[in-house]
Amino acid sequence: MTEQVPLRLREDEACMEPAVTLEAFGGQTNAVAVRIEPGEDTRELLPHLDRLRRIDIAFPAFTDGRGYSAARILREAGFTGELRAVGDVLVDQIAYMRRCGFDAFDPDASLDPDDVEAALNRFPQVYQSAADARTPIWSLRHQ
Amino acid sequence: MYAYDQYDQAMVDARVAEFRDQCERRLAGKLSEDQFKPLRLMNGLYLQLHAYMLRVAIPYGTLNGGQMRVLADIAEKYDRGYGHFTTRQNIQYNWIKLEDAADILADLAKVEMHAIQTSGNCIRNISSDHFAGAAADEVADPRPYAELLRQWSSFHPEFSYLPRKFKICVIASENDRAAMRLHDIGIRIVERDGELGAQFYVGGGMGRTPMIAPLIRDFVPLDQLVTYSEACLRVYNRYGRRDNKYKARIKILVHELGAEEYTRQVEEEFAHLLDQGVEPPLAELERIKGYFRDPDMPDAGQEADRSDPDFAVWLDHNTHAHKMPGYVSAIVSLKPVGGIPGDATAAQMRVLADLAERYSFDELRIMHTQNVVLPHVRKADLYALWQALNEAGMGTPNADLMGDIIACPGLDYCSLANARSIPIAQRISQRFAANGKEAALGELKLKISGCINACGHHHAGHIGILGVDRKGTENYQLLLGGSEAEDTSLAKITGPGFDELGIVDAVETAADVYLRERTEGERFLDTYRRIGMAPFKEALYD
Repeated sequence: MTEQVPLRLREDEACMEPAVTLEAFGGQTNAVAVRIEPGEDTRELLPHLDRLRRIDIAFPAFTDGRGYSAARILREAGFTGELRAVGDVLVDQIAYMRRCGFDAFDPDASLDPDDVEAALNRFPQVYQSAADARTPIWSLRHQ
Repeated sequence: MYAYDQYDQAMVDARVAEFRDQCERRLAGKLSEDQFKPLRLMNGLYLQLHAYMLRVAIPYGTLNGGQMRVLADIAEKYDRGYGHFTTRQNIQYNWIKLEDAADILADLAKVEMHAIQTSGNCIRNISSDHFAGAAADEVADPRPYAELLRQWSSFHPEFSYLPRKFKICVIASENDRAAMRLHDIGIRIVERDGELGAQFYVGGGMGRTPMIAPLIRDFVPLDQLVTYSEACLRVYNRYGRRDNKYKARIKILVHELGAEEYTRQVEEEFAHLLDQGVEPPLAELERIKGYFRDPDMPDAGQEADRSDPDFAVWLDHNTHAHKMPGYVSAIVSLKPVGGIPGDATAAQMRVLADLAERYSFDELRIMHTQNVVLPHVRKADLYALWQALNEAGMGTPNADLMGDIIACPGLDYCSLANARSIPIAQRISQRFAANGKEAALGELKLKISGCINACGHHHAGHIGILGVDRKGTENYQLLLGGSEAEDTSLAKITGPGFDELGIVDAVETAADVYLRERTEGERFLDTYRRIGMAPFKEALYD
């Protein structure tokens, strides 16, 4: 029943618990994984982050970019568990997702590992500060 | 002007490599057209009626002679020998092959240019005042702020899959020459008690639901510009509508929430983001400002010699006051009588490059009116400049006159269009050149769109024309009373539309009403605002 997660950029052991919906999470105090849909307000989770091991963020269509904001908000609030992008996740979005704090990917269609590797290493630097540890260009310029 | 450092260059080079890879995967069938589409769009590549169209970014409309020469080379090597300057201060090529796209981007990268985010649902090329850094009425040069935001918005990981496209404009004058309040975010740099800061207008736009952006913050300190922009965008990305493409622009969100509630949400997000370290230090803004220092412009003390009457006419219409004595900004018309508005041949682009180097400190600007500016010209050089422009067919003295028409590509190129725009513009330009009324009419901004998406800014025309499809034939609605300037207003439809010959007559009829009704010193727009629609309707339909 536990599927293999195709792509994970974390060292710790994967939390394979099924994710509950945001609505169900309100009443299920023992759930450790939750799934956020695009129209839902991620900030409802902020009071409970310390007991969550994994948050799945759904991308029903890759063109729907709400999940990028959801991920960054969770990281800004200090969430250190696994953030998994689920659904219509394509190799050309992976680098931006990584920057917004995602560290696991469960795409509908499997990804070519070489393409993923290339995508993650394509850009030598970044222009903005985001949810990853990369130093923005403006900071490199004034070190 | 701004010059890339090693970091900027590396980013653009990486983008070329990425896009080359994406094109190869598409050509090899590894990417479907649906998957490839948003990727090519983020590199400015559209699939149009007859071919691919490539839109190249000209950040805030500023470029130098060397860059203009490369634009000419691309026109010759990969297109049909010409390019089309757009209302967003960019250039587009209409006959591109997918196989060539990555090579073109590589050619552009060699002169610090790119097509990044010139389309797609992301933050687009940032526009500005075409007289930035030259105009006498500015509190500052707005371009360093535009450059700061260009870098912030390039490859933004959170805001690359927005509900819809997003356009930002930065100006620094009370006089608005960039349609600032018709942008998703319009920023005006202002001075308050000796300090510079930014006014934020959010939620303007044209398209099928035109709206004038309300002011949501009167003063954002310069060291919070990026953070405030980020807050505006995050609220939009989270709550902008995604159920209907036609209601997805931020103007609809601001309208539906109300400016007050949108502002409240932005301020809340802003307060949160202030602690997140997203703002570059002021030293970075200072570094950028260093690239925009005024060139050394000694006052030559000479006025232009007006003895040639044709030259004097051009001087009166096609120059703009400069902050330095002895200098002006010169407007190069890309609107010859009967021509295609905004088109320039490779040869013309090379002439512009030469003239910029010779007479304007190697700087050119693209105007949203689809003309070109040489920003810093010595008055003493104007006659020689004018002669050279005339020789190249770019000396038409019609800035802001009837012949200075903004027109979208329309049904001749665009897959969204319902009607042709270019032939209408050509006919009107020819009509008013032949009947001699152009000079008598004075300032009159005519703008033509070939569909309700309003790329030709018809809502903001003193006279606007909107092409629609009426039972399979092209039909043109007439609008009056729009303005994109500091007195922003939206034009109103006069009544039933006209066919392609009738619309030219209708424009002349409206012009005649103005000539009959105007009082001393009134422009067309002023007369319309005073007398209202009724006299025009009567002349048009009774």
